[in-house]
Order: sequence, then structure tokens, then C-alpha cells
Amino acid sequence: MNDANYPEDLLYHAEHDWVRIDPDGEFATMGITWYAQDSLGEVVFFDAPEVGTMIAADDSYAEIESVKAVSEVIAPMSGEVIEVNSALESDAGVVNDDPYGEGWLVKVRLTAVEEKSGLMDSAAYEALLG
Amino acid sequence: MSQTPQQLDHAVTIFEKSKSGRRAFTPPAAEVPDRPITELIPERMLRVSPAKLPEVSEPEIVRHYTRISKRNFDLDSGFYPLGSCTMKHNPRLHERVAALPGNSRLHPLQDERRAQGALELMWNLQHALGEVAGLPHVSLQPSAGSHGELAGVLLTRAYHEDRGDRRTKVLTPDTAHGTNPATVTMCGYEVVKVGTNPDGGVDLDDLREKADDQVACLMLTNPNTLGLFDTNIEEIAEIVHGVGATLYYDGANLNAVMGISRPGDMGFDIVHFNLHKSFTQPHGGGGPGAGPIAVSERIEPYLPRPQVVRLEGNGGEQPTFTLDDDRPKSIGRLRGFQGNYGVFVRSYAYIRSLGAEGLREASELAVLNANYLLARLSEKGVVEYLPVAYDRVCMHEFVLSGAPMKRDLGIRTLDLAKRLLDHGYHPPTVYFPLLVDEALLIEPTETETKETLDAFADAIAEILVEAANDPSVAQAAPYSTPVRRLDEAGAAKQPVVRQPL
Repeated sequence: MNDANYPEDLLYHAEHDWVRIDPDGEFATMGITWYAQDSLGEVVFFDAPEVGTMIAADDSYAEIESVKAVSEVIAPMSGEVIEVNSALESDAGVVNDDPYGEGWLVKVRLTAVEEKSGLMDSAAYEALLG
Repeated sequence: MSQTPQQLDHAVTIFEKSKSGRRAFTPPAAEVPDRPITELIPERMLRVSPAKLPEVSEPEIVRHYTRISKRNFDLDSGFYPLGSCTMKHNPRLHERVAALPGNSRLHPLQDERRAQGALELMWNLQHALGEVAGLPHVSLQPSAGSHGELAGVLLTRAYHEDRGDRRTKVLTPDTAHGTNPATVTMCGYEVVKVGTNPDGGVDLDDLREKADDQVACLMLTNPNTLGLFDTNIEEIAEIVHGVGATLYYDGANLNAVMGISRPGDMGFDIVHFNLHKSFTQPHGGGGPGAGPIAVSERIEPYLPRPQVVRLEGNGGEQPTFTLDDDRPKSIGRLRGFQGNYGVFVRSYAYIRSLGAEGLREASELAVLNANYLLARLSEKGVVEYLPVAYDRVCMHEFVLSGAPMKRDLGIRTLDLAKRLLDHGYHPPTVYFPLLVDEALLIEPTETETKETLDAFADAIAEILVEAANDPSVAQAAPYSTPVRRLDEAGAAKQPVVRQPL
């Protein structure tokens, strides 16, 4: 497993989620952080929301099951799910191997881009982890 | 590394051992005339092809199960400090009592006039459990702790609905046993989690905020899964009762408080017991269990039916015992017959042989043993890498966090647990409760000696020293068990639970 890392081009939510907002501010990709996947241990299932689901910032939108527990995934921002990572159906362990790349969870059409002001940059998130 | 004989011996199922025509026992020819089976069983119920049963000789059957039993770790082989499971010793006296012919040969369809002793034992057990809970009305029917929870939440629903009150939510703390939210969902309620305060108890502000007239119940364990007694329990009861909800006591941790404090006196309405935990009964394997419930006066009308009741005798006659089915508001039957009777016998034997004072002493020793072990681990420097999650005097169990161990020594709680197997110990509970990072939940129970606790503390200290030197040893453990490190992710993704015939 790779070492702890928190890319600077992402925004972070205190519930250990990241969001990558497209330059035009309309779409975003979401996932869980290195810390989250490390705490969960080996991920075995991703119970994805359906495309078209409306998700709300700070609320759970999916479940991730690891060898330790089933955990809720909290949405860092609000929006409509336009795509889910179907590669995770056959191998959810990608979330452990590449949490910011191939292990992304959902793509969302943002409905409140201003919510990003409530999120953390990588330095603030790392400070939170202590 | 060379493999042990057990590791080389891949266990096979009894079906794989089958050889056509082999028999364990051949019954003698019947001395009565045969009757065609179609006269005894309706033809539509007869199977058309023979059952694919294993055909094995008697010594091979005995060897098969004996060999499998040796591949398991059990309480009779070694220390088993599995937090939240209360793996206390099962006194052998109880086996003797359970094996008495009047107990072991009792048939569930026996006429109740000829099962008076059994009914009396059940009635007495109900009475004793009611005393321990501080709640007078007991049903022995539920067959496990989780089944008792189901009964408890169904009782809550029946209680509210009987008053025309339809509620939608049940509160559980974020330290709750996983069965609590599962039960709530099964009963058609929404789970709402309540936070934990810095002392490890229920966050009262969060509870106040979430307690409203849609809340049917708060399910609580006290002491909780952090092994901490929530001293705010009276205030919690007030808040919950203030919105008209019931307060449910998950009895998983009753071993800390038996004969000392009673859930009923704390304000709980419904309690379930795990007879296999607090009242000695062999655990595990999904075998026969019992999860009786005790309830307050206002919940009594809804108890499962039938109830074992005592009828007072007229004019100097002995009282008799019977099953009372006339309970119009009952939630109904929870299982066939009256529960696992052998379990009741063992728990009744435990209660009678210890008595009220003895039960109290058992709880006191359980708490003493846990605190001793924690102190011993501190003395050995273990808590430097595995600090106690909430630094208070604990009850019957305590939680350590392996986060510093993972960071500084490079081994996870799972690695430590696996390495403990090589030292001859069953690992404590790992990764629960969920709110503690890299959690290790240790419950020694009252029946362990000081020498055992000392040796266990030494083993953990030794593993930490070993990890500081070379973390790869623990990372690849265990080495001495019948099977090495299991592929947990593979087991979750592609479980093979069926033997093809």
C-alpha cells in the first residue's frame, strides 16, 4: 500500500472525503482520502448510489464495506450523481490502491458550488489528522 | 518456514469422506411387521431420490469431529479475553445438572403435568433474572441476545401502537453493538446515532437535540462497549422518558454490574440478558443460546406468549406451573416451544450455586481483573504504544487504541491480534468499538488467575519489543495455528459456504 498523501489540487471534508471540482465549477469527482482507506482496511464492496440520485453535503450517499466494518460515505458537496465508478463493482480494492485516481467513487453535477468555501485544503486537512 | 502437521492436513468435510455402502451402525431386523411407508407418510411428501447423506464408519465419524475440534481455539484450551463477549469459565457442575435424565430426556411435547419440575425451574429462573434486572416480568423465549433485542424493540412498538402512537426512530449511541442498529432496521424504525462525550458516555446535548416525539426508544449498554459506566444514566432516562420513549438495556455488559446496580433502578424499561455471557453457557458456533428479556409493568401486557406462570394451590396443595397463552396484547410467539431448556438449566445452576452474594462477587472480580490487567499493561509500558482510549477506571473491559503502535512500530492491531495466537491466547476483540482508531477491546472476566493475566500482559509487551526490532514478524503472523493468516477480503468477496454434493 502506498504512503499517506493528500494532493494539493483537492478539497477535503472532515469526514475524510475529497472532491475535485472541474475548472468550470459545474462537475466534480468525489472519493475517500488516504486516511479513510487506511483506517477502513481492505475495501471489499462499494455500495454506490444510482445515477440521478441527489446527494446533500454532510449527508451519507453511499456505503463502503471493508474487512473491518461497513461505513457510510459522507458527501463533501451537494449535487446530482451523474456517474459511478463501475470498476469498483468487480474490484473495490482499487480504493485502497489509488484513492485519488482509479479509486474515485462518484461524479456529480454540483448544485451549490459555493459550498466549497466550507471545505479544507490539503494543509488544513493534514492538520486535522494531526 | 516448515509447516506444522495441522497446516499440512487440509480439513475435509464429512461428505468428502463418504464411501458408498459404508455404515456406522446397522440396526437389527425389526421384530414387528413392516408397514409400507406410503401408509405412514402421504405419498406427496415422500422424496423421490435418496438424500445424499455421508456414508462413513463410526470410528471415522468420531475421528473426523475430534480432529476438527482440535483445529479450533476454545476457552478450555486457553485465555480468551474477547471483549464484549464475556468468555467466562463454564462450571462443570452445570453440565452434570443439565445431564440429569429429567433434564436431558425431557421432550418438548411432554404433557405439562409431567414436566412440572422443568416449568418450575423456568419460573424460578424468570424470577431470579427479574431480581437481577430490577424488572419483574421476564420471558425466556428469545434464543439469543440479538433475538432478545428484536423482542425488546417489537415490545416497544407494541407499547406505542397500543396507545395509538406511531413513532419512526430509535436512538443508539455510536458505541453501540452492531446488532442494535440491525435490530432497529428489522423492526421498521430508522436508526439515529447519538454521539459520545469526552468521558466516553452519551453526549447529553446531542441526545436532547435528537430526542423528540418521533423517537420510540433509546438502546443503551451500561457499562458501554468502551467498558465505562455512564454516570449520567438517570438524566439520560429522564430525557428519554420525557419524550415518551422507552429505554432499552442491552445486557451484553451485565457481567460488570450483577448484584451491584440494576437496570430497572437506572430507569430502563426493557432488558435483555445473554445467558451465555453473564450466566455461563458454552458460547459460539451458533449453538443453542438464550436471550431472555425482563420488562417493567407498562411493557408486561405485550410479552411473548405463552408465559410460564405459577398457580397457587388451594388449601395446602402444592403450587403448579403452566403455560399461559391468554395474553391478548402479546407480540406473539418468538420461536417453537419454550426456548433452549438446557441453557436455562445451566444458568439456573449458576445463579443457585453462587447466590446473590456470589453474583455480586463475580461482577466485582470481573471489574477488578480488568483494572488489574490495564494497570499491568501500563506498568509494562504497553500503553505507550496502545494507550487506553478513555483514561478512567474501567468496568469489566477496556479499550486500547493501537494507532501509535501502527504509526511508530509499523504493526496494526490486527497484526498484534494474530501474533497473540502464537503465544497461545485468543486475541481480544479488534476494530470495535468503531469510534476508537485501531481498537483492541479486552475483557478478561472474573474466572482468570493473576498468573494468566500477568502472562498475557507479558506476551503483548514481548510482541511490541519484537515489532520494534522487526515488524515483519507480526505482520505475517500467526505461524503456529492450523491455518495461517486468512484472506479476509477474499472471504467477504467470494464466500464458499456450500459443499457441492
